[in-house]
Amino acid sequence: MRFQLSEEQRALRAGMRELLVRRFDGDVLRAAVAEPRLDRALWRELGAAGFFALRVPEADGGVGLGLPETVLAFEEAGRALLPGPLVATHLAAGTVPGAAEGETVVTDVDGGGLVEWLEEADVVRGDAAAAVPLKSVDPLTPLHRVPGAHGGAADPVAVLLTAAEQLGTATRACELAVQHAGTREQFGQPIGAFQAVKHLCAQLLVRAETARAAVYAAAVTGDPMDIAAARLLADEAAERGARDCLQVHGGMGFTWECEVHLLLKRAWVRARRSGGGAESEESLAAGLLA
Amino acid sequence: MDLAYTPEEEEFRARLREWLAKALPGLPPQPSPEDWPGRRAYDLGWQRMLYDAGYAHVHWDASPTTRLIFLEETETAGAPYVGAGFVGLLHAGPTIAAEGTAGQRDRWLPPILRGEEVWCQGFSEPEAGSDLAALRTRAHRDGDDYVVTGSKIWTSHAEVADWCELLVRTDPKAPKHRGITWLAMPMSAPGVVVRPLRTLAGSAEFAEVFLDEVRVPVANRVGDENDGWRVTMVTLSFERGTAFVGEVVACRRVLGELARTARDNGRWDDPVLRRRLGRLNADFRALWRLTQWNVSEAEANGGVPGVGGSVFKLGYSHARQELYDTAAEVLGPESLDLERPWVLDRLSSLSYTIAAGTSQIQRNIVAERILGLPKGR
Repeated sequence: MRFQLSEEQRALRAGMRELLVRRFDGDVLRAAVAEPRLDRALWRELGAAGFFALRVPEADGGVGLGLPETVLAFEEAGRALLPGPLVATHLAAGTVPGAAEGETVVTDVDGGGLVEWLEEADVVRGDAAAAVPLKSVDPLTPLHRVPGAHGGAADPVAVLLTAAEQLGTATRACELAVQHAGTREQFGQPIGAFQAVKHLCAQLLVRAETARAAVYAAAVTGDPMDIAAARLLADEAAERGARDCLQVHGGMGFTWECEVHLLLKRAWVRARRSGGGAESEESLAAGLLA
Repeated sequence: MDLAYTPEEEEFRARLREWLAKALPGLPPQPSPEDWPGRRAYDLGWQRMLYDAGYAHVHWDASPTTRLIFLEETETAGAPYVGAGFVGLLHAGPTIAAEGTAGQRDRWLPPILRGEEVWCQGFSEPEAGSDLAALRTRAHRDGDDYVVTGSKIWTSHAEVADWCELLVRTDPKAPKHRGITWLAMPMSAPGVVVRPLRTLAGSAEFAEVFLDEVRVPVANRVGDENDGWRVTMVTLSFERGTAFVGEVVACRRVLGELARTARDNGRWDDPVLRRRLGRLNADFRALWRLTQWNVSEAEANGGVPGVGGSVFKLGYSHARQELYDTAAEVLGPESLDLERPWVLDRLSSLSYTIAAGTSQIQRNIVAERILGLPKGR
C-alpha cells in the first residue's frame, strides 16, 4: 500500500498548477469577472496539455492515464477557480469530435436540470430546448434551467470530478485564509495569533485534508460508496471553507473586489450538480444495509 | 497512489485471520468493566496468547502497514482490546526501546511483551493537564535514589499497575520544558497511594496517584536528567498517529449495527435520521482513508508519524461523539437506560475531545505547526 502521490503524479499536478498560474492567476480571474466569456485560447491550451484527453487511451490519441491523475488535474482547476464546463467536456473527449483537443466546448443538462455555459457551448448533451436563463449567483458560471428535467442516476465520474474541483477550492480557501491571518494586523499583532481566528483556519485544513483522503481513495477504487463519501465531504470542505475564509477576511471579505466570494459562489454552483447532498447521504445510508 | 497490499502483507493478514478464528472461540467471557483485577488478568492473558503466537512484537518492530493490518483484523474479528496493556505496549515500551539502555530494555521489555507486567502513565497533574510541561511533581537526588513528592491524575489502570512511567521536575529553575526527567517508578514503592476516580460514566476508569517521598533508583531513569520532555515526545507522537486504527474499524461496525437496528425498530423511515447515518458513513470512510494515508506517509518517512495525527484526532473525536449521539436517536427513550448497548459508549465518547490533548490544543497545533500561523494567546 503506497497511498501517496507517485513522482509522476506530483509532476503532473505541478505542471497543471504551473500552466494555470501562468494563464489564469488571481488578476486574470478578477478580470474575467468583469467580462465573463469563455477563453477559447485557454481552452485549446488545456486541450493541448491533455486535460480533456487524460483518460482517452493512447491508441485513440489520448494521454492514457486514469482517474487518480484526472482527479489531480481537476483539483488544480478547482484551486484556480477555472471557469467553463470542464467536467462535461472531459467526459465527452473521445466521443464528441474536438472535445479532447479543446476545440469543441461541450456542456450537458445536469440531472438537477441546470446547464452551465449553454450559450458558449458548441455541443449540448441532453435536451435543453426548453432552457430558460437564470441570473447566476456565480459571475463566472452562466446558468440555464431546464424545467422538469430528470437526468436519472448521476455519472459517478462526473460526481468524483466535481468533488475534486471542490477539494481544490477548499485548499485555495485554506491558503487564502492562512495568508490573510498571517499578514493582517489588528490590536498590534497578526490576527492569526488569536485563537478564534487560528481555530477557524485549523478547521479549514481538517475538512480539506479529510476530503482529500476521501477523494484520492475514491479515484483509486472507483467504488460508488467511496465516490459518494468523497463528494459529500468535498462539497462541505469547499462551502464551509469558503465561508470561513470570508469570515477570516472580515469586512474586506464581504466586498466584490476580494476574490473570496467567488470561491463560495462556485462551491454553491458545484454543490447543486447531481450526486451531492441528500442524494449522496441516501446512497451512503443504503450502503450501510447492503 | 494505490491501496493494494503487498503479497507479504496479504499473507500476514491471512495467517493472522486464520489464527484469530482458532484462538478467539476458546477465550473466557470478558470481565465486567468495573472489575479491574479481572480485566488485568484477562488482558494479560490475551497478550500472552499473542506472544505465544508470535504477534506480541507487532506494535514495536512491524512496519506501519503491518500494524494497520494487525489492528484492522483483530478489531474486525472481535478480539479483546489491548486494555490494561495499553501504556506498556504503546507508550512506555516504545519509549524504553528507543531511549533506554541495554539493561533497561532487558529488564522491562520482555515482561510487557509476555503479558506479565502492567504500566500506567504518570504524566497529567491537577494543575497540568493539556499544559503538560507545567507539571510540578518534584524529585531531588539523594545518593542513588530520586526522592519524589507530588501527585498525578487521570492515571488509567493505576490500581492494577506494576510500573508507572513518571514525569518529574528535577530542575525547578530551568525553563518549563527543560527541567523534566522520565522515571520508571514501581507502584509498590512506599509512599505511593492510589485513589480511584469515578468518571461521569460511573466507572472507576482512572485514578489519582499521590506520591510522598517515594524513593526511585537513579538507575530507573530513562534518558538524561532534565531531558524527559524530549523522551516523552517519542511516545506522544505515536498516540496522535496510528493509535486509533482499531477504533475507526469498531466505529464502522457500530454504524452498520445502528443502521440494522434502525431498520428493525422503524426509525429508518425517518429521512433526517437516515441521512445522518449516511453522513456518518462518509465521515468514517474518509477517516479510514486518512488513516491509510497517514500510515503510508509514516512508512515513507521511516516509520515516524507526522503532525497529521492532529488532523485525524480532531476529525475522529468529533465524529465518534456524533456517532453515539446518533445511536441515541436510533434507540429513542431506551437511550436513557444505562443497560442498553451504546449508552455507556455515548458517555465515554465525551472524553475523546479532551484526552490526549483537547480539541482546542489540537487546533493550535494544526494552526501553528502545519499552517505556520504565529504563536499567541
